[in-house]
Amino acid sequence: MSVATSTAREVTRTVSTGRSKDKSLGSLVFLGALWFSLFFGVMVLLVLIVDTAIEGSPRFDSALITEYGSRVRPESTGFRAGILGSLWLMVFTALFAVPLGIAAALYLEEFADGDRWWNRLIELNLQNLAAVPAIVYGLLAVAVMALMGFGRSGIVLGGAIALALLILPVIIITTREAVRSVPQEIRQGSLALGATVWQTTWRQTLPSAVPGIATGTILGLSRAIGEAAPLIVVGLAGSVRFDPTGVMSEITALPMMIYSLTSNSQEEFRTAASAAIIVLLIMILGLNALAIYIRNKFQKTW
Amino acid sequence: MSTISSTGAGPPFGAGLPAAPDLRKKARPLETVIRTILMVSAFLSVAITVGIIFALIRPVIDFFAEVPFGDFFATEGTHAVLPLVGGTLMTTVIALLVAVPLGLGAAMYLSEYASRRARRVLKPTVELLAGVPSVVYGFFALSFVTPTLLQDILSLEVGFTNALSAGLVLGVMVIPTVASLSEDALTAVPQSMRQGSMAMGANRMQTTLRVVLPAALSGVAAAVVLGMSRAVGETMIVTLASGNLKNLSADPREDMQTMTGFIATTAGGENAVGSTSYNELFAVGMLLFLLTLVINVISIALVRRFRQVY
Amino acid sequence: MSTHPATASTRPANSEGREISMMTGLHGDAEREVPDVPPDPVMEALKLNVFYGDFHAVHDVNLSFGKHEITALIGPSGCGKSTVLRCLNRMNDLVAGARVDGEVTYHGQNIYARKVDPIAVRTQIGMVFQKPNPFPKSIYDNIAYGPRVTGMKVDNMDDLVEEALQGAALWDEVKDKLKQSAYGLSGGQQQRLCIARTIATKPDVILMDEPCSALDPIATSRIEDLMLQMRDDYTIIIVTHNMQQAARVSDRTAFFTARPDETTGNRTGLLVEFDRTSNIFANPADKRTEDYISGRFG
Repeated sequence: MSVATSTAREVTRTVSTGRSKDKSLGSLVFLGALWFSLFFGVMVLLVLIVDTAIEGSPRFDSALITEYGSRVRPESTGFRAGILGSLWLMVFTALFAVPLGIAAALYLEEFADGDRWWNRLIELNLQNLAAVPAIVYGLLAVAVMALMGFGRSGIVLGGAIALALLILPVIIITTREAVRSVPQEIRQGSLALGATVWQTTWRQTLPSAVPGIATGTILGLSRAIGEAAPLIVVGLAGSVRFDPTGVMSEITALPMMIYSLTSNSQEEFRTAASAAIIVLLIMILGLNALAIYIRNKFQKTW
Repeated sequence: MSTISSTGAGPPFGAGLPAAPDLRKKARPLETVIRTILMVSAFLSVAITVGIIFALIRPVIDFFAEVPFGDFFATEGTHAVLPLVGGTLMTTVIALLVAVPLGLGAAMYLSEYASRRARRVLKPTVELLAGVPSVVYGFFALSFVTPTLLQDILSLEVGFTNALSAGLVLGVMVIPTVASLSEDALTAVPQSMRQGSMAMGANRMQTTLRVVLPAALSGVAAAVVLGMSRAVGETMIVTLASGNLKNLSADPREDMQTMTGFIATTAGGENAVGSTSYNELFAVGMLLFLLTLVINVISIALVRRFRQVY
Repeated sequence: MSTHPATASTRPANSEGREISMMTGLHGDAEREVPDVPPDPVMEALKLNVFYGDFHAVHDVNLSFGKHEITALIGPSGCGKSTVLRCLNRMNDLVAGARVDGEVTYHGQNIYARKVDPIAVRTQIGMVFQKPNPFPKSIYDNIAYGPRVTGMKVDNMDDLVEEALQGAALWDEVKDKLKQSAYGLSGGQQQRLCIARTIATKPDVILMDEPCSALDPIATSRIEDLMLQMRDDYTIIIVTHNMQQAARVSDRTAFFTARPDETTGNRTGLLVEFDRTSNIFANPADKRTEDYISGRFG
């Protein structure tokens, strides 16, 4: 039965019953299924947070964030090194990935001639890179560090390179989307006044795309900050007992510490891991909230 | 002097007609420099791919110098990789069974039913799921899904780690990938198509399923495939919750190590650079990279075909 | 350049000035002397052909645009009139796969010559688009944008902005809200802002691509009045769907039609007739023009 005949039949039925078809049983079941889909994830998230918070509640104390990790005194082990390490990693990841990602995106959207084979190659390649598993970027970062002559890669630089490589495609893709959503008419208006392509990009397209780019970048960073897999491969320690001092400083990261504690069977460590998860989630939720705020507050609808 | 200054009375350009304006190309060094910088940045993405292959290939060659091909692509033995592939397949299939219907459902609700205001709240809420770090999901699988959901509520006979628990949690993690990208694709369908359908008397459900969804199919397919490659490549959940046992089995209640789980576990251990187990890490990494590459190439080809239809 | 010439003609617009232009509108500007051939042509198209990939969009167009005249390009959809217009300031360069054969000259220089800078071309030959497309900036910054990006030497930007807004008959409506977003203006005001924005870069020729098609009749009539005023200072080329509009404002009209290719069915645009507007509408030489004008087709 073709769509056309079935639609015609629906029309006949509605007209004859005089009832809105949006209230039919099928429609209501469908709508219910959609509601369930939407709220399933939210329910899981709630269970996750509540369950973890209950388990970690005995350790909501200041030692959790001010102390270094301790095997000797598990009841007051802390995540100071991991929290600081994660913040450091985030800053350097952003420094590496954001300018590069925005530049690449602007080239592809505003300058590249999509018919050229090399530009098509970049396109194809980006689509692929976005789907390369995080852990593979860890292997790549190890190779990059070895290439630059660093024997040890479990340092700020190595971790930041791994995470920057990881989120670079994310930043490129979100920037391109943001740039693409700026209407063509704006570009044409600018070019017709005698502006160059770069002037048009810098003065019209980019300012209009900034909220979208910022949102994408922050979401990319919040992904990076929670990532543990590439850091394991890079060789970040599960725990260190000092603050990071520079790019060559050996560090750990909050998710790394959580991972290493999860495999520990001692009850105090599992409690501490739960509490640390709440800290990590707060950091990530904070970043997400910021991204959402920017998106809702500044994003233009054309 | 400008061309605007002529008056009705005076001669417009007059006898002193200005020389034809200079249209010659000007050197715009800034423009060239910026263009070059941007282009190099874009090409770096290609360099990264080449870099990945280079990073992996050397240890892989060393590995196969020591371990015969047949021992690697075997179902059992110390270096067998097929059990790892099986583990990855199992957790991925479970994850997609969870994520595709739920993600697509959420996407359809957001794009076709939710009011503008509701969407502004709901979409970020769904996307929050993607923001939860995978190590947290892994912890959740161990501390809640396996003991409480599987063992207590569903009374399944599962161990501390098992593929089912990892796959389910993996699925939850992939929901926003599927939902968000599908929603973008659905929303991008022009309003006129919906109005056309409604004007013919179709209700929302019919419009959604028969007009909007087909029109957005390429985007939705891309979303599903991207979800799949995320599931294949996800590491922490399966490392923590699926177990460390190389096990080729069709029973999701058993322990199964995945490719990513193997890499993380091996890399986290003490392996001397150049040792066989160190090199095996890269061999599995290469296989994982190629696998996701194939999935992705398939997805791109699929998207192309859908594009031709519409 | 102390006072803008348009200022004088804009100020009394609400009393007699407006009446006169309304009259000219109704009577097709009959009293205006239009020479047989375009005087002192500013631009010419010679054997202009446009291709999009393999698709031949426009075939062998020859046109010349007289100084301080309004030339209208009319014809049914798909006849290539907008394509021709966009070739005149190289906006077609921005369409992927577009190729232009033949010549477009501006003061005798082929603007498609290798050494010509398309950006320089666009500063001389401005363009107003079908849909008003103000930038998401203030009214003031919309006007100042062109002079700023082209590096124009401006003594006093405020004066230039006022002058441009006067020239587009918008000053009185917006002089108190120059710093407000251009998006707060009505559609017709936005389009006049776009015209003002174009004037601000002091172009020689202004191309208008169906500038009134998104506007209501009152806004349309204001823009038509404005075009007649601007004719004293600029050479204007307008694409329009609206034959009455062509008859009301233009001195000369080019009628295009589309011919389907026998094998592919692709429609190639070609120029049928180019003459004084009065002749095109009263006494067309070509049967196809007559059919279109009289509403028998298109």
